[in-house]
Amino acid sequence: MAALPEAGAVPVITAPLPARPPRGGWRVVAAKEFADGILSIRLFILIALLGLAAVAAIYSTATYVRGNAQAAAGATGLFVQLFSNQPSSSQVPSFVALVGLLGPLLGIAFGFDAINGERAERTLSRLIAQPIHRDDVINGKFAAGLAMIGLVLLAITMLVSGVAFFVLGIQPSPDDLARLAVWYVVTLVYLGFWLAFAMLCSVVLRRAATSALAAIGLWIVLTLFTALLVGIVAGYVAPVDTSSTVDQQIANVQTQLDLSRVSPGTLYGESGAYLLDPTVQTVGIVPIDQQGDPQALPSALPFDQSLLLTLPQVVALLAETVVCFGAAYVVFMRQEVRA
Amino acid sequence: MRQKGRHERVARAEEPSGQQAVIRTRQLTKQYGSLTAVDHLDLAVQPGEIFGLLGPNGAGKTTTILMLLGLSEPTSGKAQVIGFDPTRQPLEVKSRVGYLPDDVGFYGGLTGRQNLRYTAALNGLDRRAGDERIGGLLEQVGLADAADRPVEQYSRGMRQRLGLADALVKDPSVVILDEPTASIDPTGVAEVLDLIRSLAHERGVTVLLSSHLLHQVHQVCDRVAIFRSGRILAQGPMSKLAEQLAGGAVELEVGVDGPADQVSAALLATPGVRTAVRDPHDPKLWRVAGAPSIRDRLARDLAARGMSVWQLRRIGDDLDEIYMRYFAKDEVESGRAA
Repeated sequence: MAALPEAGAVPVITAPLPARPPRGGWRVVAAKEFADGILSIRLFILIALLGLAAVAAIYSTATYVRGNAQAAAGATGLFVQLFSNQPSSSQVPSFVALVGLLGPLLGIAFGFDAINGERAERTLSRLIAQPIHRDDVINGKFAAGLAMIGLVLLAITMLVSGVAFFVLGIQPSPDDLARLAVWYVVTLVYLGFWLAFAMLCSVVLRRAATSALAAIGLWIVLTLFTALLVGIVAGYVAPVDTSSTVDQQIANVQTQLDLSRVSPGTLYGESGAYLLDPTVQTVGIVPIDQQGDPQALPSALPFDQSLLLTLPQVVALLAETVVCFGAAYVVFMRQEVRA
Repeated sequence: MRQKGRHERVARAEEPSGQQAVIRTRQLTKQYGSLTAVDHLDLAVQPGEIFGLLGPNGAGKTTTILMLLGLSEPTSGKAQVIGFDPTRQPLEVKSRVGYLPDDVGFYGGLTGRQNLRYTAALNGLDRRAGDERIGGLLEQVGLADAADRPVEQYSRGMRQRLGLADALVKDPSVVILDEPTASIDPTGVAEVLDLIRSLAHERGVTVLLSSHLLHQVHQVCDRVAIFRSGRILAQGPMSKLAEQLAGGAVELEVGVDGPADQVSAALLATPGVRTAVRDPHDPKLWRVAGAPSIRDRLARDLAARGMSVWQLRRIGDDLDEIYMRYFAKDEVESGRAA
């Protein structure tokens, strides 16, 4: 009853401070969002969907490898190659390609209604009237989203590793594990981009459905049409025709490559190739005369060299994620409560 | 600026001095583009009183409240709540002020209790102390039985009462209630008003509430500020507002038989009468405004002209008419005054 003073209490002007000074409000927001998310049907659907796709991908690669056990014996980084290689005979993309393709769905699913959902339920004004900073709301939601994505990704990666282990019985080497760990972090950054973009949509657009549509729209456009758009633009910047010289053709291809690297999907794909396939030494242009004998077993790079190679992609990806979240943050902070 | 002289005179007239106000605004202004939502507002709310912001929708009540909570930044002017500037020290203000937003919302998938727990956590209350408080509050607002049902099953009235409990979770010394009785049925309204009254009078909580419902404001508020287009038209106890409004003039409803033009001429010929307008719904009723003396004179003069007066009633005494005069007719009156 201490909390409820009885009748006749002397009027007070200032209340006693709360038991704990309200600090780290974002953690309270994140904890609530995480608890909501972990019990949501949304999460269940995503795990089921992505899990199935991932198992199909790994199973297809593993079966192929087993069928060619002779050639595969002794190859370095075989375990991680299970994640990154798509057998030429297979219709199913590799696990890494699949995450690049379907992963954005995870980010979008946990971000598209972050802010406008609160508006729709009319809880936003009540929420920010509590003694927390306004950015605690968006920070907490981003943190919770990222934690959930991390959890789903971890679950799927482990599921897939388990399947690979059963089918092939290969044990990952420490090098493999390090590659997988870094790939996991890079993937989080990539999915963080989509989470941040979806949250930006949820801040700018009033309705959750519109916001989801916008985010999914960008995802599909980038996935399906990057190559097409990049080809058109490069055609203007560095035109080529049947009479073009080798230099002109290289210039065109280089322009296409540079432009396509604006897309986080491209950056992520390249980074994944470096990290999970030790034989990949470049994702740039390699003239045919420098490719050497295609029949020869390619030499594998050590982990730290692969990491060094992919650093530019990782940094660019991180920058895009930060910019996206920054935009969502700034717009949210400047928005009127009733907007 | 156009109306500044008039507005200042009215606002200053009723501001009690000497006491430390819990909520005070000085020339508080909020502009959205060219629209001035709140226009040089001077307001002082004393400790332990129930202060009502009365006005139609869009008068700037909610905007004022948002500025008091630091949720919206004033374009100019200052606000002070419990000695803190809400723009610069929002957390100090928000940890002491309970807020019930207009058309309050809750997370539909969570139960009433879980929703309040979230608020308690955001206020830094630990789980045990919070749960104890929440249990007591849910009982107080009559939601003890529904506490563990998801809020999406609640009626609007139940949500409103949950909102009231939510505003009290942090044990505030000031509560700001935006349309607290909207969407509650009449018996519920009585309960909510009782609760508000006991908050202020028994626990010393200062209450600022906004409403467009005059009768409810009248029932519960110690003082009232009448809002229109972001300005305070009048401020003070309800009873004084009526006098202030009349400004020495009276308005009468006069029922007379006779041809309209003759009646009109007769009414206007009476000394002291300023206007005489025929009631749009009843052609035999006239609304006559003028000096207080016209009441007696009209009865006499009209009788002398052979017109029978079957009704002569002063209007403006009852609440609805005060309200109508302030809001519905304000435009006409300010037009005439200008």
